[in-house]
Amino acid sequence: MNTGKRLMQKSLHIDPGKCTGCLQCEIACSLDNEGAFNPAKSRIKVFDFHVEGRFVPYTCTQCAEAWCMKACPVDAISVDTLTGAKVVSDALCVGCKVCTIACPFGTINYNQTTGKVLKCDLCGGDPECAKACPTSAITFIDADWTGLERMRDWASKTDSGTRAEA
Amino acid sequence: MAWARKLLRVDLTKGTCTSERLNMDWAQRYLGQRGLATKYLTEEIDPKVDPLSPDNKLIMTTGPLTGTCASTAGRYSVVTKGALTGAIACSNSGGFFGNEMKNAGWDMIIFEGKSAKPVYLFVQDDKAELLDGGEFWGTSVWDTEENIKKKHQDPMIRVASIGVSGEKGVKFACVVNDMHRAAGRSGVGTVMGSKNLKAVAIRGTLGVKVKDVGAFMTATANGKAVLAENAVTGQGLPTYGTQVLMNVINEVGALPTRNHRDVQFEGAGEISAEKMHEKRASDGKSNLITNGACFGCTIACGRISQIERTHYTVVDRPQYQKASGGLEYEAAWALGAATGVDDIDALTFANFICNEQGYDPISFGATVGAAMELFETGAITTKETGGIELKFGNTKALTELAEQTGLGEGFGAEIGLGSKRLCEKYGHPEMSMSVKGQEFPAYDSRGIQGMGLTYATSNRGACHLRSYTVASEILGIPEKTDPLATEGKAGLVKAFQDATAAFDSAGLCIFTSFAWTLEDVAPQLDSACEGDWSVEKLLEVGERIWNLERQFNLAAGFTGKDDNLPARLLKDAAKTGPAEGKVNGLGEMLPEYYQLRGWTAEGVPSNQTVERLGL
Repeated sequence: MNTGKRLMQKSLHIDPGKCTGCLQCEIACSLDNEGAFNPAKSRIKVFDFHVEGRFVPYTCTQCAEAWCMKACPVDAISVDTLTGAKVVSDALCVGCKVCTIACPFGTINYNQTTGKVLKCDLCGGDPECAKACPTSAITFIDADWTGLERMRDWASKTDSGTRAEA
Repeated sequence: MAWARKLLRVDLTKGTCTSERLNMDWAQRYLGQRGLATKYLTEEIDPKVDPLSPDNKLIMTTGPLTGTCASTAGRYSVVTKGALTGAIACSNSGGFFGNEMKNAGWDMIIFEGKSAKPVYLFVQDDKAELLDGGEFWGTSVWDTEENIKKKHQDPMIRVASIGVSGEKGVKFACVVNDMHRAAGRSGVGTVMGSKNLKAVAIRGTLGVKVKDVGAFMTATANGKAVLAENAVTGQGLPTYGTQVLMNVINEVGALPTRNHRDVQFEGAGEISAEKMHEKRASDGKSNLITNGACFGCTIACGRISQIERTHYTVVDRPQYQKASGGLEYEAAWALGAATGVDDIDALTFANFICNEQGYDPISFGATVGAAMELFETGAITTKETGGIELKFGNTKALTELAEQTGLGEGFGAEIGLGSKRLCEKYGHPEMSMSVKGQEFPAYDSRGIQGMGLTYATSNRGACHLRSYTVASEILGIPEKTDPLATEGKAGLVKAFQDATAAFDSAGLCIFTSFAWTLEDVAPQLDSACEGDWSVEKLLEVGERIWNLERQFNLAAGFTGKDDNLPARLLKDAAKTGPAEGKVNGLGEMLPEYYQLRGWTAEGVPSNQTVERLGL
């Protein structure tokens, strides 16, 4: 029964320190969206900063007030009320690319094969990238508490000197 | 499905690129990658051809699983007649280039002839063209890769190229892709250089499809779970890399040291995985920055390292102070134990240069070790070495020769001959630690008996990646055998050789076989590819590939007499450790091996065997 209450939303959470650059996230994303293993068409990209020895996965953060959605002249981008994802309607998108200019993070991109734009839609609430990541560098967690693990790590380092003296 | 069903034929003499349908009958019999490319090569070239003549061909090849989500399925191989060995060569590489080639819609690229001037191949999906490579000729792998991406204004292009060593004819030059992954052995980069082919640059966006997606996702997920739960692939390799072996192999007395004169290296700890993890007193940082994965790999054994900034090799050269591909076990052994050098920063530097200029650190380090023995015994002097005091343990001699060899200059040009030609030139062929002209990797066969048979019978010359019996004899995978015994090793070597040929030909990394057997591979192939891919069929395909490679070598002029080891390993006993007093018992294993293979006493596949395998 729909009580009208919003479900607890989840967010993709990325911890680059755990990423090995294997691209399983890109492979999984492309299969779900394109029906083939095709990382060139992935909505998530892993960047290899070779000379620093760092790998960083990057994708849409689903801004609350999304620049892409506001910029779209044909209202082709809407909010999936279940997941909070900003979703592109291929039926409405005219491929004008204004959203790709508006997005400050570059995470919405044009696909020349289809003439539409591509962005992460959280796979309808069960993101393939997070499931495919072998090191938990990408997780799908409570949107209100993406900082919880980092808080916990720091909390564990807190030295409560008073108790030691008690 | 799984196969792209298409190959690209590049005639470098005429400057043409043409598309052909892949022979799917052969694909059913040789699977892909190593197997299928060897079939094409052996059908198309005269086995007696000079490896560096335009009549030799060079094939870059993916497997049916390459580009899929199967763990480690990003691999490609370079198949040709080897410049170092004159035998069949198949050098396998990871990184991301293999996936790009497959995603551009090509199972294979066959290069034939020779270009009149330096060129590179540029492929964008089904469009392929040869472009002028003059501006890249004479530059390193690192510069070539960076500048090709800049020229085409596309950072997503993947590049495989040769460095200056490959242009200059260093016999053990590699093809290097993605900065630091290499098709490393047998001189496949030397063959590429002889064709005036500097690089292959690819951008692929077409996608790879499999036969039954649902079954494939289940099979690959099961496979990944097995890798994650295994102690070697789930913990040892990601944490320590292949370097996890350095102290282990030294302990069992099988770490070839100073050109195989010793079997244990007193400096092993200084060049080990543990050392790479250790925080330096000087700057509080460690040699190892992080581990890195190749395409689709859920193991992630790769090392990314950084040299201490004040080390003599880099102090005045900021370009080498950045992170790059670090030491793997074989490279650390060859650059270190084989030469008696125990300076981890110097080894890391030499390894960077190997990647930058594209040559094999195993053959390089082993050849420097042989040259050091020539020097210490007086067969060569500073007159030949250009003033270098080439004594065992001389760190600066190692790094200087690394730079010279990369450019094919000075005494480095002689190191670039490989140990067999070098030692023959100076009258001491017995000092070359090689089989069929290729230097041994990092396991002494006096302490690991099965590896003696592995090396002697390997179709591409001495190599650990054709049957890694170390897994059984030392690590107990799939079951422990006694490393000092010869009994049962003939069967063990044959089983590893056949299974390995199947793993390679699928497009998978052989490191999966620490955890996987063909029972894990078969369901992945069966759901991805047309045809029925059972364990039995894979073993038969593996055995067929092994015999095809053997037939090529026999036709090229090798005989059973070349299935041999240097006298040092058969006559000079190990001086220390658990194998003290032992030599390799090759003579006890080889006749049984020939018998199990269905070969004659001379090592030739019998008519019955040829018929059974349909060769």
